[in-house]
Amino acid sequence: MKARVTVTLKPGVLDPQGQAIAQALGALGFEGVEAARQGKVIELDLAETDAARAEAAVRAMCEKLLANTVIETYAVELRP
Amino acid sequence: MKAGVVVFPGSNCDRDMAVALRAAGATVAMVWHKETALPPGLDLIALPGGFSFGDYLRCGAIAARAPVMRAAADFVRRGGFALGVCNGFQVLAEAGLLPGALMRNSGLKFTCKDVALTVETTDSAFTAAYAPRAAISLPVAHHDGCYVADAATLSAIEAEGRVAFRYRGANPNGSAGAIAGVLSANRRVLGMMPHPERAADATLGPADGAALFAGLVSALETA
Repeated sequence: MKARVTVTLKPGVLDPQGQAIAQALGALGFEGVEAARQGKVIELDLAETDAARAEAAVRAMCEKLLANTVIETYAVELRP
Repeated sequence: MKAGVVVFPGSNCDRDMAVALRAAGATVAMVWHKETALPPGLDLIALPGGFSFGDYLRCGAIAARAPVMRAAADFVRRGGFALGVCNGFQVLAEAGLLPGALMRNSGLKFTCKDVALTVETTDSAFTAAYAPRAAISLPVAHHDGCYVADAATLSAIEAEGRVAFRYRGANPNGSAGAIAGVLSANRRVLGMMPHPERAADATLGPADGAALFAGLVSALETA
């Protein structure tokens, strides 16, 4: 299976990079960008074929390494 | 007093840390990150500055999961002393040995300059040799030094007097409460972004960091 992990800053955690992106978009003339938040995407190729087991494993990976849960949250998407 | 200085791939302040500790009278062993046990009889484990594992994923994240860090965490749990400077602070936070996290500087730029600091507490082995509320200057050199923690954690840190150093005047990285260095609940683990080891020899310039190493060695010799 393939897993796509999206790691983003928790709401309320200041994101100066996201603010810089929003400002730059405004400077380029893109109007109405009220906020931008920057995160990261991690794609995993897994040997596991069972979706439930794969999801449990990827969530454990997120808790242990892929996200710093002090400041970040994560979402996991799986596809065959 | 016997100290171990951990060396990760990408550490670059490890030898400066060892020099500063030796100058203060400590015996120093360098400890490679793949070690699964610390040298016997250590009083202090020091995590140096640098760019461990290329700052990949998050600063300090990969180093915090290195084999030696399991041994370091056991050492800390048994009451051992630990000092993390700059990347070493990031590693301690990533390893959960200190509260909070270090994020990209609020100005988004790598900051390399001397900063003014206040020694906020002398109630720790690391800060015992400073005068109460001493005004000192130490160099910083980092891209990700903005200290953050949730409101409850920050108020606990403040209430327990666990801010060791605070930026005085300009806040170079946007840290919450202008926190530059924070102590663990048992006051035996210190993480700080400024580099005391880079200002520890008067022959080379300002030496406000020397008192940290002198105080630490003196406290741990008598402990």
